[in-house]
Amino acid sequence: MMDNPVIELDGLEIRFGGRPVLKKLKASLTGRSIGLLGPNGAGKSTLLNTLLGFHKPSAGTARVLGLDIRTHARQVRGLIGYMPENDAFIASMSGVRFVRMMAELAGLPPAQALERAHEAFFYVGLGEVRYRALGTYSLGMKQSAKLAQAIAHGPKLLFLDEPTNGLDPPARARMIQLIQEIRDLGDIHLILSSHLLRDVEECCDQVLILKEGNIAAYCNLEEERRANLRFLELETRGSSNGCFLEALEKLGCQTAQGAQGRIKLVLPEGLEVKQLYAVAADQEVQIRRLNHKRDSLEDIFLKAMESTDGRL
Amino acid sequence: MAVYKKTYRPYQGGLTAAWKRFLVIPRYAFEDLRRSRFLTIFYIASFAYPLIAAITIYLDHNVDAIRLLNLSNLISIDAFYFMSFLGWQSMLAFFLAAFIGPGQVSPDLANGALSLYLARPFSRAEYVLGKMSVLLILMSLMTWIPGLLLFVLEGYLEPAGWMSGHARIAAGLFFGAWVWILLASLLALALSAWVKWRPAAGALMFGVFWVAGGFGQAINNVQGTKWGLLLSMPNLIGTVWVRLFEGENPVSNGGVFFRLDQSGIIPVWACWASLLGWSLICLYMLNRKIRGAEVVR
Repeated sequence: MMDNPVIELDGLEIRFGGRPVLKKLKASLTGRSIGLLGPNGAGKSTLLNTLLGFHKPSAGTARVLGLDIRTHARQVRGLIGYMPENDAFIASMSGVRFVRMMAELAGLPPAQALERAHEAFFYVGLGEVRYRALGTYSLGMKQSAKLAQAIAHGPKLLFLDEPTNGLDPPARARMIQLIQEIRDLGDIHLILSSHLLRDVEECCDQVLILKEGNIAAYCNLEEERRANLRFLELETRGSSNGCFLEALEKLGCQTAQGAQGRIKLVLPEGLEVKQLYAVAADQEVQIRRLNHKRDSLEDIFLKAMESTDGRL
Repeated sequence: MAVYKKTYRPYQGGLTAAWKRFLVIPRYAFEDLRRSRFLTIFYIASFAYPLIAAITIYLDHNVDAIRLLNLSNLISIDAFYFMSFLGWQSMLAFFLAAFIGPGQVSPDLANGALSLYLARPFSRAEYVLGKMSVLLILMSLMTWIPGLLLFVLEGYLEPAGWMSGHARIAAGLFFGAWVWILLASLLALALSAWVKWRPAAGALMFGVFWVAGGFGQAINNVQGTKWGLLLSMPNLIGTVWVRLFEGENPVSNGGVFFRLDQSGIIPVWACWASLLGWSLICLYMLNRKIRGAEVVR
């Protein structure tokens, strides 16, 4: 059964001063956690800001959890928790008071907002500093505070714009862990915008790659990972590789021969790797190296970037 | 759930009515303002004049006091009296707006918190209304509310029919104060949206109030015209107040601080148009700055 789309882009176009920034985007994003990838200036933040209603589409529209952003902007924002890329805090306010106010603005009654602000601060690991003014927080603490305000009101959809920006490795690992925990709870859909492939790879099951305002690629990382498990690279030594290739093809493998005994092959369903060794032994071929060729997110990203205007 | 149990749980409780969420902003703002000792003292001190005025009105109707202090020759409780009261209180309200107004918007803009307000089911208009309501409430408590209480006190002490006979004074107090409150509030918010440094935004408010008038006077002198007075806020407000308090045939030239400039009388409609123009400029400035995301063209 097809999942209900989280976000549908229906010819969405955004222009700033006549210059197209998002160019008639069309896509239906259905994943639990979706990565928005692209180089700087590709339109990732603009897309998030448009879905939040900060920019008015010059053409087309988009739907968030089935609600049109043109006609239901307020309801859409009621479903979203937003962690912006840049600094977003009131320096003189204590962390917990700030998050409480934001939760109240999202519609929570004062008592519940206070309770959830405390919970959110403990959850992101800032429980001990929640009464300190936000202006005194370190960069990593400010990022965590931004996450706290984004989840305090219990959104259905979380927009995380470059959540690991400026974080040192331990803080980054903690942030990624939090995002993974939120994802795995299954109550919230995630949209993670980043130019860091690793962040997206670790947190997302689908990825939308933008380039110069166009959709350069949209793929399901889980499926890609599963498909990659059947794709092998061999390095062989020994007698005629031609016979070895024929024997592999008889087993149902798709093969391609490279230089110096290198062979690329796709295993058919049901064929185990140990059967390759058996065939190699019969043909007196040594398998010196066997790699599962991993078509990583980096490969997907680089392929998408190779297209001239970003269109697939 | 205990807060130290570090897990996330979805929210399943009820939500507040959308129409009253803008009231969250003044509630938090008042909590902040209450912490300022200077502001609290200033605000309490601003009620000294209404108290003195109330005592004066009482004494004016106390036969023994009149005889003892010979007050009947000193005080005349009339439109000018109330206009002067409003002028004095409005100037204090302007100081208050210059002090707390810039602190309303600039902290949100200084560190990008505005995007978080507007990422919620909360519009730009509600944000401005919420911020403005802080000033509207405080300035109302300083101007037209005590003014109307004094009017009621005077009416109570005067013979029956005085209030209906002087209803124009009540209307002048109410509408005259609101004209100034709205303009000063818009000016405070607009300047603080553009000048993120609070002291500079406050100083700029005084600059607009006095320096713009001086600039208008310079235009008058150079061009030999009177229309430069349209830049002078004291003159604009004074002209409007005189019309509101005294009607078509004014007998005074305005209240304290807000007087008609004697170098040339400009039509009331032109003053209204100028005030509208100032307000529209402020709204335009707010519209440019109060946005969820800054657009780089």
